[in-house]
Amino acid sequence: MPKDASGILSEIKKGYIINQLKNGKRGDGRSPEEFRKITIIPDYVKRAQGSAYVMLGDTKIIAGIKIEQGEPFPDTPNQGVLTTNVEMLPMAFPTFEPGPPNEDTIEIARVVDRGIREAKTVDLKKLVIEPGKKVWIVFIDIDVIDFDGNLIDACTLGALTALKTAVVKAEGMDEFKLPVDNLPISVTMVKIGNTLLCDPSVEEEQMAEARITVSTTEDGHIRAMQKGKVGSLSIDEIKNAISISLKVGSALRETYIR
Amino acid sequence: MGTESNIKLLDENGLRLDGRNEMELRPIKIETNVLERADGSAFIEWGGNKIIVSVYGPREAYPKHTQDIDKAVIKARYNMAAFSVDERKRPGPDRRSVEISKVISEALSSAVMVEQFPRTQVDVFIEVIQADAGTRIAGLTAASVALAAAGIPMRDMVVGCTAGKVDGKIVLDLSKEEDNFGQADLPMAVLSRSGEVVLVQMDGDLSVEEFNHATDMILDATKRIAQIQRDALVARYSVETQGGE
Repeated sequence: MPKDASGILSEIKKGYIINQLKNGKRGDGRSPEEFRKITIIPDYVKRAQGSAYVMLGDTKIIAGIKIEQGEPFPDTPNQGVLTTNVEMLPMAFPTFEPGPPNEDTIEIARVVDRGIREAKTVDLKKLVIEPGKKVWIVFIDIDVIDFDGNLIDACTLGALTALKTAVVKAEGMDEFKLPVDNLPISVTMVKIGNTLLCDPSVEEEQMAEARITVSTTEDGHIRAMQKGKVGSLSIDEIKNAISISLKVGSALRETYIR
Repeated sequence: MGTESNIKLLDENGLRLDGRNEMELRPIKIETNVLERADGSAFIEWGGNKIIVSVYGPREAYPKHTQDIDKAVIKARYNMAAFSVDERKRPGPDRRSVEISKVISEALSSAVMVEQFPRTQVDVFIEVIQADAGTRIAGLTAASVALAAAGIPMRDMVVGCTAGKVDGKIVLDLSKEEDNFGQADLPMAVLSRSGEVVLVQMDGDLSVEEFNHATDMILDATKRIAQIQRDALVARYSVETQGGE
């Protein structure tokens, strides 16, 4: 993540956050496993085939689904295609710049994609129009418009909600609801000191040594994982992250993705 | 992961397509300083993987805004040669290689004493000449050797291995077929002495028990691979001492 434009303030905040953590509290008063307030508005963009506006604390993203006809990949002739793209817009943060996606953006998009792909959330076999020749291509595009940390989880929630509302339609063809099932919930944590903090804010992301995302499905299985940042985690910390993800993830699923 | 197929990846004795059992690694060979210009280099053959890694630096970080006033920046560039895979790979970075470069850079940063070289960068060029599954881990394992061969101060070596699930069973060090048609892939890298995890990615479908089993297998395997790393460095740098003083 880019450095905060207000680097000096960050140093002061850093000390404050570390002090607060000694008392088991985070800078904003949350407990370690607590997410910020989540607001999801489904069907936010009428021109899109499916969409969602997600607010995760002060992080705001808009996810939109476009579904077009195209050629399948040669190695999967009997499957539709799913792609995930994230745009970190310059409006979202002082140091975000326009231009092609940087490595942070690519990583976020690929981790969001991995969870959804591996959970087989979208039944790509049902998206074949003419085997080997013509299939439906599902584009998940996500705009980040306000950045306050934890884009992976915000984008995953947005992508899932948008997919759930998506309808496949084209002139002269019967429209149908995009076949969506088995939704993965991603839970991202950062390690500060010896504590794992769920749903990190931008300050927590900046000062953390390591980050880990675990995506799980309702059956209690792990579908995707990604460690980020330069620090390390012990095996026990990773196992702990998995159990936190399962616990917190199932609560998130109940509340927001039902 | 999970491309549908009728290929049976395990035979009735539980052996894999290449005859390995579930705990067995493919043959691994590492050689150091295979290039003249680079400050350090390494060549790794891991199963059918052939990967060359070269290291330049620490040298002044450029462009200037990438400099970190507190420490060196490790810049790994993972690249696949156009001819390294069955279908020609279009040259240049794609989204997959950008992500892999990022996680490898982060993993190596834990091992290098970056605080000793503020404002510099260390370039780690990883060129996959022939790909056969597990290239990011093979590349990272070789990169650690190349950094050591370049004489860059390190607190530990980075060593990795993958495990995965094929035909419902957890196996070590996936082959290409197992990677393509298996049900899960878990690449992991650790600092070899402390055992701290510096890279972990996973895709597929694993229960918590399967994950625990897979990590046990990986941790055991990294001890064996770390020895191969050490042997490669010792073979290059050990000096025969004549008797006397």
